[in-house]
Amino acid sequence: MSTLEIKDLHVAVNTDEGQKELLHGVNLTIKSDETHAIMGPNGSGKSTLSYAIAGHPKYEVTSGSVTLDGEDVLEMSVDERARAGLFLAMQYPVEVPGVSMSNFLRTAATAVRGEAPKLRHWVKEVKESMGALDIDPAFAERSVNEGFSGGEKKRHEILQLDLLNPKFAILDETDSGLDVDALRVVSEGVNRYREDGGHGIMLITHYTRILKHIKPDFVHVFAGGKVVESGGPELADKLEEEGYVAYTGNKKEAATV
Amino acid sequence: MSTNVAEAAEAVVPEVSKGERFRSYDVDAFEVPGGREEDWRFTPMRRLRGLHDGSAEPSGSATVEVIGEASVETVDRTDSRLGEAGIPGDRIAAQAYSAFETATVVSVPAETKLEGPVTVTVTGPGTDQVAYGHIQVRAERFAEATVVLDHRGSGIYADNVEIVAGDGAKLSVVVVTDWADDAVHVSAQHTKLGRDATLRHTLVALGGDLVRVSPTVQFSQPGADAELDGLYFADAHQHFEHRLFVDHAVPNCRSNVVYKGALQGVDAHTVWIGDVLIRAAAEGTETFELNRNLVLTQGARADSVPNLEIETGEIVSAGHASATGRFDDEQLFYLQARGIPEDQARRLVVRGFFHELLMKIDVPEVRERLESAIEAELEAVGA
Repeated sequence: MSTLEIKDLHVAVNTDEGQKELLHGVNLTIKSDETHAIMGPNGSGKSTLSYAIAGHPKYEVTSGSVTLDGEDVLEMSVDERARAGLFLAMQYPVEVPGVSMSNFLRTAATAVRGEAPKLRHWVKEVKESMGALDIDPAFAERSVNEGFSGGEKKRHEILQLDLLNPKFAILDETDSGLDVDALRVVSEGVNRYREDGGHGIMLITHYTRILKHIKPDFVHVFAGGKVVESGGPELADKLEEEGYVAYTGNKKEAATV
Repeated sequence: MSTNVAEAAEAVVPEVSKGERFRSYDVDAFEVPGGREEDWRFTPMRRLRGLHDGSAEPSGSATVEVIGEASVETVDRTDSRLGEAGIPGDRIAAQAYSAFETATVVSVPAETKLEGPVTVTVTGPGTDQVAYGHIQVRAERFAEATVVLDHRGSGIYADNVEIVAGDGAKLSVVVVTDWADDAVHVSAQHTKLGRDATLRHTLVALGGDLVRVSPTVQFSQPGADAELDGLYFADAHQHFEHRLFVDHAVPNCRSNVVYKGALQGVDAHTVWIGDVLIRAAAEGTETFELNRNLVLTQGARADSVPNLEIETGEIVSAGHASATGRFDDEQLFYLQARGIPEDQARRLVVRGFFHELLMKIDVPEVRERLESAIEAELEAVGA
């Protein structure tokens, strides 16, 4: 049983006009075998939260804490956080020209597992995982994310989730830009990870449609840089009905697609 | 940035076209450059050790060894083949032409395909010694070969390299400058392509204090194809300069230039000048040039100047792109977010940066040597 605990987290970015605070005291605790949906309108700070947990250099934690089983995550480098068991599926996965997907996956697996996977097992493992996500084996020899469509990038994020098998997965708008088939395939991948047991999920989304595929245990509404309401799955239904208007005062912000 | 045909056709031809540049075998026909001239403005003249002003008297000689199936001759300057690929276009090239004692001619007979690469190893004259050289590589009509020009050792060395690809020949020339730290090397590399000839010229700059290489490509007949690739990795205080000139004077030829460099350390300096001229007669030309520089540490400087002169709009395409940047922090973050430690992530990105060029080098031994040289460079700064 693992616990990811976020306490009174304040995060800022440096802009030309000086430091600007984006998160104003986020509190959230996720345990193994729990799926938390973080829902909120654009610009509410959802992605900032995910980047801050992963350690993106652009975001500065000004106060508060993030701990993983009591260990101070904020003291760790980006790669140490990943090796400690945190995984961020990115909204915009980065292209790395000249580095093949297969080389990247093996290097990452070696780093996270602490030893190079045995080649024969590894090849089989990657092949099965790619197959389950409907990824053409030819992608293994292509440069990381280079020229991939939005859907292909997201499938590869979930491929990495499967192979790296972290304690906690933060999925940052993994559903955005996916067509119906891709959404199903990606959701099935996330559900396999969830059913493996011992895994916690933070599912960040703007829309409710992915929650039809991945059922959350808890739903949190994120607005203005913090959690403004928490509840069970029924809160998502309410958002689908009413949108974010109650939290933003903006009638145009609908939670449904 | 790429220039499309319509825009390109409107480009203004500078008054002094690259095509009109002065050429001569006679060193005294050139003024001694002072360093402010367009041709020399990036070059640290003091570090040329007198190659440019006549003060570098020959005091030694470079040794040239050839291994491989090609025919090898050592000839004197009366050999009628010398000068076939081009005439010196600057004072140091003319100096080298005026001063060399013997030239090495490496030739591949017509309609002959060599299985393995031919390796020409040039060893410098030794520390503080000056030498001038001349090498001609010839692939006669329909010959196919790969020739490696490997430069090693110490000293001050200027030369002209002529590359002649006959009609239908397929020639790959890989130039490696893996000099010792003290070496100064200025090389004019003249290439002349016959009808439907294919040339791949790959320049790899790894070592030396100052290395300035000027490849020129001249198309003598239609249908030829020139691929010019370059990889360079400059460390602290190294000056690597590449001045390319591709002269499209006849129709339906193709040229593609890809130069990529990495720089690290204080006063590491690289220069890339890419001049392409499409003359009025060169209809159906297809050309593109690209230069990318990856600046790994503070204090290093990359200059990049692409220049396209177009005298006809009746071409397939013409364009250029140039970019110099620091390490992409987003790439590092992405790799590290997958558990890969920072030093390893940096190495992956640099290796990836050179990957497309490394894969095009068709001599496995050279490719492996470069891969380990790049690794060693990265180890050196603990990147």
